[in-house]
Amino acid sequence: MTGVIKVLTLDKAKKGNSLTVTKLPTGEIKSQLIRLGIGEGDLLKCIERLPGGTIVVQKNRQEIAIGFDLAKKIKISLR
Amino acid sequence: MFVKQNEIQVIDQGIAAAKKIVLVGNPNVGKSCFFNYMSGMYVDVSNFPGTTVSITKSHYKGNDVYDTPGIYGVASFNDEEKVARDIILSADVIINVVNAVNLDRDLFLTLQLIDMGKPVSVLLNFSDELKKRKIKINVEQLSEQLGVDVIPTAAVDKFGFDRIEEAINNARIGIQLDELTLICKPLMKNSVPQAESILILEGDSSIAERYNSVCGTADDREKIYVARRNRVSEIIDTVEHEDSKKGELFNLFGRLTLNPITSLPILAVMLVLVYLFIGVLISQIVVDFTENTLGRNLFEYNVKGFVGNFTPVEIDVSTSDAKGNSIIQRTFKFPGGLSADPELKDEFHKISKQNGMKSDFQYHNPIVKIFFGEFGIITMTISYLLFLLLPLVIGFYFVMAMLEDSGYLPRLATMLDRSFNRIGLNGRAVIPIMLGFGCITMANITTRLLGTEREKSIVTAILQFVIPCSAQLAVVAALLSGAGPGAMILYISVIGTVLIVLSTALNKMLPGESSPLLIDLPMMGFPRMRNVLKKTVFRSFGFMKEAGVWFFIGALGIGLMEITGLLVVWQNLLAPLTTVWLKLPKEAANAFVMGMVRRDFGAAGLFHMNLSIMQKTVAIITITIFVPCIASFVVMLKERGWKEGLLIWFGTWVTAFLVGGIVAQIVL
Repeated sequence: MTGVIKVLTLDKAKKGNSLTVTKLPTGEIKSQLIRLGIGEGDLLKCIERLPGGTIVVQKNRQEIAIGFDLAKKIKISLR
Repeated sequence: MFVKQNEIQVIDQGIAAAKKIVLVGNPNVGKSCFFNYMSGMYVDVSNFPGTTVSITKSHYKGNDVYDTPGIYGVASFNDEEKVARDIILSADVIINVVNAVNLDRDLFLTLQLIDMGKPVSVLLNFSDELKKRKIKINVEQLSEQLGVDVIPTAAVDKFGFDRIEEAINNARIGIQLDELTLICKPLMKNSVPQAESILILEGDSSIAERYNSVCGTADDREKIYVARRNRVSEIIDTVEHEDSKKGELFNLFGRLTLNPITSLPILAVMLVLVYLFIGVLISQIVVDFTENTLGRNLFEYNVKGFVGNFTPVEIDVSTSDAKGNSIIQRTFKFPGGLSADPELKDEFHKISKQNGMKSDFQYHNPIVKIFFGEFGIITMTISYLLFLLLPLVIGFYFVMAMLEDSGYLPRLATMLDRSFNRIGLNGRAVIPIMLGFGCITMANITTRLLGTEREKSIVTAILQFVIPCSAQLAVVAALLSGAGPGAMILYISVIGTVLIVLSTALNKMLPGESSPLLIDLPMMGFPRMRNVLKKTVFRSFGFMKEAGVWFFIGALGIGLMEITGLLVVWQNLLAPLTTVWLKLPKEAANAFVMGMVRRDFGAAGLFHMNLSIMQKTVAIITITIFVPCIASFVVMLKERGWKEGLLIWFGTWVTAFLVGGIVAQIVL
């Protein structure tokens, strides 16, 4: 590929996008995300984007819903 | 919150053989199956000191077994975690249940438990799912990497359940993160146990306080968490092999529940099913039987009749006509009690036992009145608790357990998240608000689920201000049904406006930020009935145990007001407000006073008044916003503190009369 990597926030992800987490917000929420298996560098797939922007991602066989306000704070790059 | 560690140790030493076995696992790993298997019939449900997240305890082969709330890690990010953490800290043996299908998620907790230096055994549950999804897990290698026993299990056929005893006996300290054991050493020299040291390093300030130790920072925690996550990935890479991507198809229904096109029809079907179950079966058919047949005609009639033998009593025997008005058929007077006049007593029994007859006992002795009268502590409270509330509470907890175990509840929370965001909440708030339509008191307790104090305050306020409980809803629906669509639209839009204004205002005014939605969506599937029923029974019992006493105290308060004449004073005080401002008859004031005791009492009082359709609408709008019942009030004070509780309570007074009055001035 051309090596063009789009850097976005997770709320911009569309259904079906494969993405890499590049930066998580700091604080307690970061620990909660890491515990659930969403760490910086991890690969996710956006499997649903609900009206309003709630995002459902898939990591391996696990599905996780992430509220819009949190999704805005998670930086990703599309693959 | 603080577990009395010494006490537990003393107890444990007393019975040398009894170990404290604690079941730990992520949510939805099937932990309860194991607990049910081990506990058999005998289970204690108790509320953990300081919180009301309930813990269940039982016995298994001479040992104590504890179940814990499902958690993703040991920390103190919410009340459930704090409870689980303290039980884990006091455990002798930890049985860690993991979901084989989501091993990479679950191993974080496993490694943390191992790092804490507790003897652990791992049950690899759902191992039957692995074959179907063409996933291979090398159990021996996993066990070797963790340094503890790993036993494959499956709830179907109870596969592997016969090895639970082996798991308990073989539980041992596993292989810990090297970095951690090193940095723990200084703490452990100061006689802080290893488990506590780890949590202190991970920034758990309440544990640090217990040991007067310096607490780790959020950065420290992150570093440890990342290291642990990396180790999970390494382990997964060596022990797990997935042969196909077939797994995705398994959760087709789960996907459909969130798909923009299919989610709404699925939601509609769910709501209709819930309505048929709660709204028709439980609230109408079951409650009608328990409240009238068991409660009034059997329990109250016999208790009141028995007491009436020994004290002066006047009894009105009445029937009700098609409109629900009661017509007094005959009044019996027993100045010396029923026993003193056997002939009249026989006649009373003959008439009162005919179909459709209602007996209204009026005692003269004030003490007897307090215990057995209309608002009697014994008569009203017991029939309210057992014959009205209990069926409703069981019904609601059953539905919640079904939704929870089917995996739909987190999806519902996800679907509603954005709407809840607008009022400063996240999707999880759907749980207490749904329960509020059953019983506000029950819902008040459930606000503990929410992440921040701010969210708890907003939901508590919404519950007291605008959510009608099932008892009230039934009367409101009956009153509105004859009133036509105009009244219904007016009612819903006024209550809806109050909801939006109130929640928006609270969202703006309350400091801080609400917690965002971050929720794991489990596989959807048909719930196991045994687990659902057990959960329903535990929770209903727990609720009755916790809230029951407040219903008695509330009844005592009202009983005292009645005999001291304070009730009449109240009614007279309210009268001008009722007639001038709300444009309702003077007697409507009674409805507001009664509404403070039981919300349906208030609304039911309106049946007997000759009101126009719009007057009815004004009255029920006011009654809906008006104060919660006495039990909700007391539980709210306990949950949210005096200041906030009283503020909400008085707020409902002001808002009810303000909004009701404005509507009255416009439409009447």
